Amino acid sequence: MTGSQGLHLKTVILIFIMISVAPLGDTFLGKGMKKIGGMSGWAPGDLFHFFFRAFTSGTVWIGIGLLLAYFVAYLLVLSWADYSYVQPASSASYVLIALLAHFVLRETISPLRWAGVAVICAGVFAVGQTHPQTQELP
Amino acid sequence: MVTQTILYILIVFVGTGGELCVSRAMKSIGEVTDFRPHAIARVVGRALALPRMWMGISLMAVAFFALLGMLSLAKVSFVFPSTALSYAVGALGGKLFLGERVTPQRWFGVLLVCVGVLLVFLGKN
Repeated sequence: MTGSQGLHLKTVILIFIMISVAPLGDTFLGKGMKKIGGMSGWAPGDLFHFFFRAFTSGTVWIGIGLLLAYFVAYLLVLSWADYSYVQPASSASYVLIALLAHFVLRETISPLRWAGVAVICAGVFAVGQTHPQTQELP
Repeated sequence: MVTQTILYILIVFVGTGGELCVSRAMKSIGEVTDFRPHAIARVVGRALALPRMWMGISLMAVAFFALLGMLSLAKVSFVFPSTALSYAVGALGGKLFLGERVTPQRWFGVLLVCVGVLLVFLGKN
């Protein structure tokens, strides 16, 4: 395997990890937060109990762990790959979140919301196609 | 509904405000060209010495807590796509506060994201 092929392969692997781990983390966060119940109010005591329940939930911590793994993969891939190459790929995560919400969390998603997710993906992809730096750095 | 609206504003506006602060702090450090672990640790150390970085981290923490609150009240398939509005707030904030030049193509992408977010809201129920 040449150096270029190796670089390409590890970039693809890390981007694959990023776009699969982040939606999984979001799904775990969503599942954990649904389990502990909705926020009951804004009083300090209510907020304390709410976040205490959140941060003692194993499911929430799995979600946080997966999002940290995403962040590490993101930092690693940005150490050699262009931001403009990495960022458009992240738009795929919106579709994955919707698919996981539908098939794993059994959420009903209206056709209009599916259309919204597709348009957001296209928008994020278009943003990613632009040059990542528009001003001189100090 | 009021709670969800407040949480949404915290996620999108306060979260993006935090990212803009972090971005400004990192830009003041300058481009990172050395990716060896000790060099990265030095950059992180310099970043953490900047008050603006801590301001950004604090705002992003508030946004994360708000996200947890929002996830307890609304569907995952609504929360994440709808908060993509951050792309629009970020582009506007980047232009106004960081002096970034947002190209027409980037505005077009941001516009698409806004249309998508609108569709997600319309398809909420």
